[in-house]
Amino acid sequence: MTEENSIYQGAEAKIIKTMCLGYPVVEKRRLKKSYRIQEIDTRLIASRTKEEAKLMAAARKQGVCVPIIFDVDIQQGIITMEYIEGNRIKDIYNTLSKQKRLKLCRDIGESIGRLHMGDIIHGDITTSNMIVYEGRIHFIDFGLGEINHEVEAKGVDLHVLMEAMESTHSRFANEFKYVLEGYKRTYIKNPKEVEGKIQEIVQRGRYR
Amino acid sequence: MITLGIEGTAHSIGIGIVKGRNDSCSVLSNMIRTYRPEKGGIHPREAANHHVTYIAELIKEALQQAHIPAQDVDLISFSQGPGLGPCLRTAATAARALSLKLHKPIIGVNHCVAHLEIGRGVLPECTDPVLLYTSGANTQVIAFAEGKYRVFGETLDIGIGNCLDKFGRSLQMPFPSGPRIEQLAKKSTNYLELPYSVKGMDIAFSGLLTAAIHYHKNNKPLGDICYSLQETAFAALTEITERAMAHTEKQQVLLGGGVAANQRLRDMVSIMANERGARFFVPEKSLCVDNGAMIAWLGYIMYQSGVRMEIDDTIINQRFRTDQVEVIWRD
Ligand SMILES: Nc1ncnc2c1ncn2[C@@H]1O[C@H](COP(=O)(O)OP(=O)(O)O)[C@@H](O)[C@H]1O
Ligand SMILES: [Mg+2]
Repeated sequence: MTEENSIYQGAEAKIIKTMCLGYPVVEKRRLKKSYRIQEIDTRLIASRTKEEAKLMAAARKQGVCVPIIFDVDIQQGIITMEYIEGNRIKDIYNTLSKQKRLKLCRDIGESIGRLHMGDIIHGDITTSNMIVYEGRIHFIDFGLGEINHEVEAKGVDLHVLMEAMESTHSRFANEFKYVLEGYKRTYIKNPKEVEGKIQEIVQRGRYR
Repeated sequence: MITLGIEGTAHSIGIGIVKGRNDSCSVLSNMIRTYRPEKGGIHPREAANHHVTYIAELIKEALQQAHIPAQDVDLISFSQGPGLGPCLRTAATAARALSLKLHKPIIGVNHCVAHLEIGRGVLPECTDPVLLYTSGANTQVIAFAEGKYRVFGETLDIGIGNCLDKFGRSLQMPFPSGPRIEQLAKKSTNYLELPYSVKGMDIAFSGLLTAAIHYHKNNKPLGDICYSLQETAFAALTEITERAMAHTEKQQVLLGGGVAANQRLRDMVSIMANERGARFFVPEKSLCVDNGAMIAWLGYIMYQSGVRMEIDDTIINQRFRTDQVEVIWRD
């Protein structure tokens, strides 16, 4: 038995840090919910675990850094993946120099552009779901993601980040435009349409 | 201070009279009359005609039951939106007439915010909840954040109440079908798979509705379908509510809206709250459904915080968004 400690607990999953084959890993364990019947619980946990692992593999193919997957237990709802050292962007963004922030924003945008080139919608691009390690941005938490080629889905995906920056890094909210700058470097399908869609979503006036 | 509230956003017309002292609410009377279409859904004009027919009588009854002469009312409040235009106009017109006749101030309030504030008003320990608001047309998860009530999640197509009613209607059940579906669901524990549609903190019901109707066409037992429909829809509602609680880091959850009367939904949300170590609240049924008391109560707290309106400010707003309200009474 290796020691394990829970480093995070959200609404849906628990993150446990442990060892696997001599490597430091995290287990993302989806939690059983006793408010829903067994049939629904089992089905949701299995399909979401499978979907998340699939999207992580797809993201890697697009050249985006994601943790290496060691094991997926669909029945138990556990993904065992590489532990990424380093810092969540959420925790460091506000402390960076302007120059570093802008570079980081462009890099974030480039990575999102690569995901979208593969029609990979992350579903929850916030600064707590990106970890910087050795200068590279690693994306985690594809649990709300999907494969979708539509402009709407891509617009919503970017809009989530825009709002996350507005609420978590409000002093630098206007720096989202550098994310778009990076995005346009790698997302060469229809960047104008996606950008227009973001504006449209802003007009609709929803909040998250 | 005594406030008379007029609710008229959809199929119900309600008159409530509340007495406010600081931040505690006592409901003196709360009369509701509901328009029930012969068949089909609500026709806004017909609903408004219904409201016009009963509103004067209902005001009289509410005053009588509260043992209050009209002159003792200090403030008139009404539902300014969101809702069906003709219904909103009826409520607003009655409110303006009363305000002019009694020479008392008038305030228009947001219906969705009223569903949340009434919970805080009558349940003293419910101070900062995430509200799961489930009615016919509306399904929203609302909480206070950064100075406003914000919608964190909502239905992307139809409200949960409409989903239940449409299912019932396709089977010729009387309107509203929710209570009947709840009874039938109790007879089964056999789950038939139905689409579960949650996207982040949003939710959708139309796929579920179509699949449930399909099961009925294929002669699956009605009890099984009702059971599966409730289990699926309510699990999804509970999930988005929990997400919003985690996101906003709130430790209280409140139910509101007509579907909050459903015992299975209450049980699910209460189990979820327990597992999170959070508190669960639900007001009595007459304060969950669309009602005048909640409108009166919100009018009162707005007035107390200094909000004043002239007749010109009382134009209805069918698309009155929850986050358009300046919440100056909370910090
Ligand atoms: N592979 C990983 N390496 C390091 N930390 C991780 C890893 N995966 C998750 N974490 C940590 O756990 C937190 C929650 O994980 P996440 O997958 O985002 O779950 P949730 O869906 O609950 O947000 C992250 O914000 C991060 O701090
Ligand atoms: Mg996360």
